[in-house]
Amino acid sequence: MLGLNKKDLQLMLIVTGLTMLAPFILNPFPESSGMAQFNAGYPDLMQRFVIFGIFAIGFNLLFGLTGYLSFGHAAFLGVGSYGAIWMMKLVTLNVIPAIFMGVIVAGIFSVAVGYICLRRSGIYFSILTLAFAQMSYALAYSVLTPITGGETGLQIKSTDRPLLSNLAEGETGRANLFGMDMRQSFELNVGDWLFTFNAGYYIAAVVMLIAFYISIRIFRSPFGLMLRAIKSNQTRMSYTGLNPRPHTLAAFVISGMYAGLAGGLLVAMDTQVGPERMFWTASGEVVLMTILGGVGTLIGPVLGAGVIKYMENILSKINKDVLHEWFAFMPDGLEDFIVFLVYPFIGKGWHLTLGILFMLVVIFLPGGLVEGGQRIGKWIKNRGKAKDTGGSTEPAE
Amino acid sequence: MEAIILQILNGLDKGSAYALIALGLTLIFGTLGVVNFAHGALFMIGAFCAVTFSRILTLSHTVVDETKTDFLGNPLKVDVPYLHDLFGQATGDAIIDWAVPLSILFTVPVMMFVGYAMERGLIKHFYNRPHADQILVTFGLAIVLQEVIKYFYGANPIPTPAPQAFAGSFDFGAALGFDPNLIIYPYWRIIYFVFAAVIIGAVFAFLQYTTFGMVVRAGMADRETVGLLGINIDKRFTIMFGLAAAVAGLAGVMYTPINSPNYHMGMDFLVLSFVVVVVGGMGSLPGAVLAGFLLGILESFASMREVLEILPGLNQIIIYLVAIVILLTRPRGLMGRKGVMED
Repeated sequence: MLGLNKKDLQLMLIVTGLTMLAPFILNPFPESSGMAQFNAGYPDLMQRFVIFGIFAIGFNLLFGLTGYLSFGHAAFLGVGSYGAIWMMKLVTLNVIPAIFMGVIVAGIFSVAVGYICLRRSGIYFSILTLAFAQMSYALAYSVLTPITGGETGLQIKSTDRPLLSNLAEGETGRANLFGMDMRQSFELNVGDWLFTFNAGYYIAAVVMLIAFYISIRIFRSPFGLMLRAIKSNQTRMSYTGLNPRPHTLAAFVISGMYAGLAGGLLVAMDTQVGPERMFWTASGEVVLMTILGGVGTLIGPVLGAGVIKYMENILSKINKDVLHEWFAFMPDGLEDFIVFLVYPFIGKGWHLTLGILFMLVVIFLPGGLVEGGQRIGKWIKNRGKAKDTGGSTEPAE
Repeated sequence: MEAIILQILNGLDKGSAYALIALGLTLIFGTLGVVNFAHGALFMIGAFCAVTFSRILTLSHTVVDETKTDFLGNPLKVDVPYLHDLFGQATGDAIIDWAVPLSILFTVPVMMFVGYAMERGLIKHFYNRPHADQILVTFGLAIVLQEVIKYFYGANPIPTPAPQAFAGSFDFGAALGFDPNLIIYPYWRIIYFVFAAVIIGAVFAFLQYTTFGMVVRAGMADRETVGLLGINIDKRFTIMFGLAAAVAGLAGVMYTPINSPNYHMGMDFLVLSFVVVVVGGMGSLPGAVLAGFLLGILESFASMREVLEILPGLNQIIIYLVAIVILLTRPRGLMGRKGVMED
């Protein structure tokens, strides 16, 4: 179905199910319980999950398939965001043209950057992309202020009169989809649970599913095979008479357009942009997401994006008082000691946890969390088998 | 003319920092073939060694001074550093004043150890893995080190002043025969430049004129053959890693009076240092030093008012722009060797 084989279709259906039911799945704890702060089912965070999922899927198409490690991918996200917000400020508040604008602008930008950067490979490619991203950041921050709003960035203001909108005098425009406000939510109260179904989230989720589907198709296509050939041996590929450059450039541009799509969606959700979106730490973050989840796998990048955004928003909120509350059942001295041990890793120190987790993954699990999952799955299977065969050993013939 | 000299001088101190970090990066790359993204973190740790050392020096105990009273009328409590008890007040104060230069003595062994531990504990296991993996694991390590420092020292910059003797500025203009007050340059920046030149010279001399250096250079050229000759080259390369870490640490120590150390200073410098290394040519020590000074000076020229009026924002992007042009026109960088990282 849909041009997918059975396994991919299964994966696609699982991902669809998970994203559609996310408001339930991410809110497992009742509101009044102490665990409620682990609930991630609020619109803002859910939107971030899927949007950065798109960003990471796009990055994975480049790094996972061709092996080119770009350290400047956030530039495309930023450029896409700027494109989208100008579309909203000038033309229409409908999000669809804005998102398309983001994709197109990022695509054009990535053609230019890719054409230059892809002349080199390996570490040089990483440095070149990093240089371009830092340049875009510096320019957006300083000289291009008339276009980018400089340090304060761009927002939709009450003075903005998009051409195709009928706003009342002094009314601030809001991002919408044919009249449906992005911030519109339907709240469902079941007992002690509160589930929020946000319009913006579902639009972003549908876009992510489409992006995910396209990425599966690229992975399974002859084009994807060509990109893997570039990763494993570029020289051999050119000896067989194929020019790797156009394929890499295509992958780079597709990846850049994914970033632009994510940027456009980010703008559609919160209608603001700042240059810090293009800073190299943002590029580093998408690298972390992809590696953490599993580079070169289909679902890995989405998983990694989810883990990192969850940590950023949930783990960082836990402070010392909360910790003391958790370990209150212990004797006082022990409680203080445990809190002392745990505290550096949470709250403001969540980056430390992230760094350690990332290093562990790179050292022991080059395939990321996906490989970890597979290993555990295999181990369980083998253990079951070992028991079976252990019970009925037959003499060899 | 004055403006040109001033800009060259301004470029020298930043260029010295770039050159020192790039030198260490190239040492590691040339010997072990590892792309070390944690090198900026080593620079930062060096800077925080200076902070730690000056904190150790100012460790003090409280003494009640009976002769004076504070604003509440109670006897005044004074913090007296232990150094006063040990050496008397004048000498003690002088030592505290000279904390930054003195912390070099403290930093070198610490950084050597950090470098040694890093190589033996982590990087050793990555020699046979792709460069991308090395970049990623050292990037992760850099995040961890940065966060550890942030946990212990906080997120704010910690001012670490230079000794009083170097607090002022030197009037270069008067010395060179121009009008006074045209070219003014802080003493500490001169010291930093001289210090960097000495360190760079020492590293080159060490590699050029000692037996150890000769073996290391032979190992850089052909590791396998040197190993076959019965020389334990791995051990020497580990020591070189420690040395590179010490160079980065020293660059950090001496930089603290110019820029108060904070936990992300390493990353800020690292990005630029990588550009410097690539411009200079991967694996070329003279190239790294040359490119470091060149880019530092170019950056300060680009931030001249006259230039900014024609091309606004040039100072922000000049280094990256130069890097892009060089990488596309001279793929090996300014002085890159043949066959190094040409994949």
